[in-house]
Amino acid sequence: MNTEVTIAGITLKNPVMTASGTFGSGMEYSEFVDLNRLGAVVTKGVANVPWPGNPTPRVTEVYGGMLNAIGLQNPGIEVFLERDIPFLKQYDTKVIVNVCGKTVEDYVDVVERLGEEPTVAMLEINVSCPNVKEGAIAFGQNADALSGITREIKRHAKQPVIMKLSPNVTDIGEMAKAAEAAGADALSLINTITGMKIDIHRRKFAIANKTGGMSGPAIKPIAVRMVYQAAQAVKIPIIGMGGIASGEDAVEFLLAGASAVSVGAMNFVNPGATMEVESGIRNYMERYHVENVTELIGAVS
Amino acid sequence: MKQKQTARVLSQKEIAPDIYDMWIETSLAAEAKPGQFLGVYPKDKSTLLPRPISICEVRAGDGGQWGNALRIVYRIAGAGTREFSSYGEGDRIALLGPLGNGFPLEAGKGKRVFLMGGGIGIPPILELAKCLEADMAYKQVILGYRDRELFLKENFERYASVYVATEDGSMGIKGNVMDVIAANELEADVIFACGPMPMLRAVKKYAQERGIPAYISLEEHMACGVGACLGCVVKTKEIDSHSHVHNARICTDGPVFEAETVEI
Repeated sequence: MNTEVTIAGITLKNPVMTASGTFGSGMEYSEFVDLNRLGAVVTKGVANVPWPGNPTPRVTEVYGGMLNAIGLQNPGIEVFLERDIPFLKQYDTKVIVNVCGKTVEDYVDVVERLGEEPTVAMLEINVSCPNVKEGAIAFGQNADALSGITREIKRHAKQPVIMKLSPNVTDIGEMAKAAEAAGADALSLINTITGMKIDIHRRKFAIANKTGGMSGPAIKPIAVRMVYQAAQAVKIPIIGMGGIASGEDAVEFLLAGASAVSVGAMNFVNPGATMEVESGIRNYMERYHVENVTELIGAVS
Repeated sequence: MKQKQTARVLSQKEIAPDIYDMWIETSLAAEAKPGQFLGVYPKDKSTLLPRPISICEVRAGDGGQWGNALRIVYRIAGAGTREFSSYGEGDRIALLGPLGNGFPLEAGKGKRVFLMGGGIGIPPILELAKCLEADMAYKQVILGYRDRELFLKENFERYASVYVATEDGSMGIKGNVMDVIAANELEADVIFACGPMPMLRAVKKYAQERGIPAYISLEEHMACGVGACLGCVVKTKEIDSHSHVHNARICTDGPVFEAETVEI
């Protein structure tokens, strides 16, 4: 049985990764997860300088999922390179660093710093966080802006570039095409869906930012649909995510056209979720006599 | 590798309106310290996230009749805790923990100590009152309740002298825990406290005015409970060594903080 997948020339031992922002830098979950079993660890978004994030409450539960508006709190690239990279270097897994910024220059700054770092296999560019006011989402909801930032990052990046797309758009296929045409090596989707919850007893917003990004099993059908539509629109590989809780869920994304998958909010529900997804994919392959996991990619009819 | 665990409910009863007292048989008791908490997972798939619930009491097993057990005392706050309240003896319960740092017991050694709990912040103070040995600290327990439902008060009386305030004045001093201190002219060298934010702010102010340390246990909405999601942060006075901004994670850097270090 072969579970290897290749994305932009980088071979992962299996298609299971972590969704940015749900797994810290990997360190926080290393007590619970054997990181060597993961195809890749995708880190929390890193900016050129430390970001304080949003006021609390930042998270709330909704039916079958959650809303978050963390606001990309992160210690900045300096600390990340000194603390988190040496930690991740110890493991036999690929490291994908999620990059965030407020301006194109912010992104490029981080991308250039990471270019010198051989441990970093790929870069994932966050142009889809719904919870920060400047940058981020502004680049991800307009095809021209997405195209512009993708082109600029590709000019400076030493590693393959994954553009992380927002589901909060009218036509995901158009956005996928824009990123591909601008030189993106891969796409990842979906980021969270903008939502809102109101505490009717206190007549207040449940999170301080008023809106938050929705994740968890309740969004999975939307994510599968968008991965399918993006896969139909482009030739570059897609990393699918949105409510994945099991191997079966992961297989659904692969069949829709994803070459790899990320586990996000379900890490909070079950710290061992990534390992269960990995073994669940192998169980499925055994059951249906699938020799090579790549046979599943886009195999829905 | 640490993992989410399934444990067995030994007993559960309602000890005040909407306040439940559950004993759980679990090996996690062997490592639990006062002030730590558990992530308790509802079974209903519409309520996914672990509920942070403080550890009220720890029973380390004797290898014979008594096994390792943890006691939690919690208030029904929503669908998740409502589900927990339906559990009875023999039911399974999913847990992660023990989580968080706990109270620094050594800070109370040889000191006059206030052990203060307000409302549903009272439970974690019980294990602390038990663990601070009587010959090592002069313990004064101050509990604030809403009304005459003085849950856990009798448990505290085994370990220390107990002072009570009630909001409605039906028992003890009418008012809050700070009124108890004033009315009885109590004094302390160090404070340990858990309760609602207005109480913790008052405790912080009191401690600042007297130049004594106060260790306060905070709560916030959490998702992961293990320091990854950055949902449950508190503003800090200095730049935090982990986050490199003025934020600390309540789940892993706390829930107990020296009051001076946090902006509440």
